[in-house]
Amino acid sequence: MSDGALFHRDRNWQPKGLTPDYKTSVVRSPQRALLSMNTTLSEETGPVFGHDILGPLDNDLILNFAQPGEMAIGQRTIVHGRVLDENGRGVPGALLEFWQANAGGRYRHKKEGYLAPLDPNFGGCGRTITDDQGGYRLRTVKPGAYPWPNGVNDWRPAHIHFSVFGPSFGQRLITQMYFEGDPLIWTCPIVATITDTAAVEQLIAPLDMNNTVPMDARAYKFDIVLRGRRSTLFENRMEGN
Amino acid sequence: MQKLDHLKESPSQTAGPYVHIGCVPNFAGVSGVYDSDLGSPMVQDGVKGERISVSGTVFDGTGTPLRDALIEIWQADANGIYAAGDPRGAGDPNFTGWGRTAGDSATGLWSFETIRPGAVPFPDGRMMSAHISFWIVARGINIGLQTRMYFPDDPTLESDPWLTRIEHQNRVQTLIAKQTGPHRFQFDIHLQGANETIFFDV
Ligand SMILES: [Fe+2]
Repeated sequence: MSDGALFHRDRNWQPKGLTPDYKTSVVRSPQRALLSMNTTLSEETGPVFGHDILGPLDNDLILNFAQPGEMAIGQRTIVHGRVLDENGRGVPGALLEFWQANAGGRYRHKKEGYLAPLDPNFGGCGRTITDDQGGYRLRTVKPGAYPWPNGVNDWRPAHIHFSVFGPSFGQRLITQMYFEGDPLIWTCPIVATITDTAAVEQLIAPLDMNNTVPMDARAYKFDIVLRGRRSTLFENRMEGN
Repeated sequence: MQKLDHLKESPSQTAGPYVHIGCVPNFAGVSGVYDSDLGSPMVQDGVKGERISVSGTVFDGTGTPLRDALIEIWQADANGIYAAGDPRGAGDPNFTGWGRTAGDSATGLWSFETIRPGAVPFPDGRMMSAHISFWIVARGINIGLQTRMYFPDDPTLESDPWLTRIEHQNRVQTLIAKQTGPHRFQFDIHLQGANETIFFDV
């Protein structure tokens, strides 16, 4: 039974706030030390989302913005995996929201100025809720790499953004999935905010030929790990609590 | 020696400038995929407690408002019960407890229509002063920032078991909202500077 405090975040595994090579972080990172606390009910509880919020195409970016009979253009791609906690248990009922650029590397956003064209059949967002084993899947087109204003010639590797809700608000996490073999991963200042190579590797999804659908779509496997919880059995709570 | 079989938490990456496409797509202009954006409204007719509005701005280290931030809050209902996961029972069915909003794309101002939460217990059984938990992400923020908002007229603040653990008591005021009118509170968040908000590693 894990109903106690959340495990503390490993702040050497996680990126620091101030990472000067990612220039925007310089004025947006707290300068004082974060104040370390143990979690309380306020962090251990969190909102629950029912499967009833989901539409049938919510996890299918090839179709969910397309005109009837049309499809998004690009390399047809399945992403599947599990949401787990640090104890290795599947997290059922987790809400995953994902967003990405289209196959040419262009986002559907008014502040986006890259000259690659929009795809009229691609919106770029999707969501799903994990099953009782913590499993999920989505279908999309592989996003393109894109240039961004940081250094004069910085390019983001192909990536899908993931927002994850476990059962605890203190587990709230946003991360990005990268694709096996992309050389841009190792030149990207945003990836490099993570200093431990093993931690970067945790965000790189391998090609999964077993789950690839022949003549249809390649599959990539991407597991996501949320903070675990201690058992309360030996926690120093007041008797009766 | 045996190995600990714990997994490592997935590393965070910035939400980036396009977080709105994924989290509030209708706000971002990607319409037709979902009926509505999650996180609003938080209250339905019949909700118990004092209805309040909480608004504010997130400022960077130059004093410039963040116009691309995404703010989420989580709070107890008027009786101090969380809507989900609370071992003490079920919360108010007319209150979600969770809100999400983007700052205004011109001014950065954000706001929530919610209710004033009740106090909830600290792990040792003492009560914590009523508060709203915040989680802030944006371009340039590598891992979501966690903080709390408290109420200025709350007589329990001086004995609150969380606030009294803060070494620099002159910074506690960064966690206390200003009342700007009846049922209206303002909670500005400063990422840096003399009034840098206290952020928690919790
Ligand atoms: Fe991106």
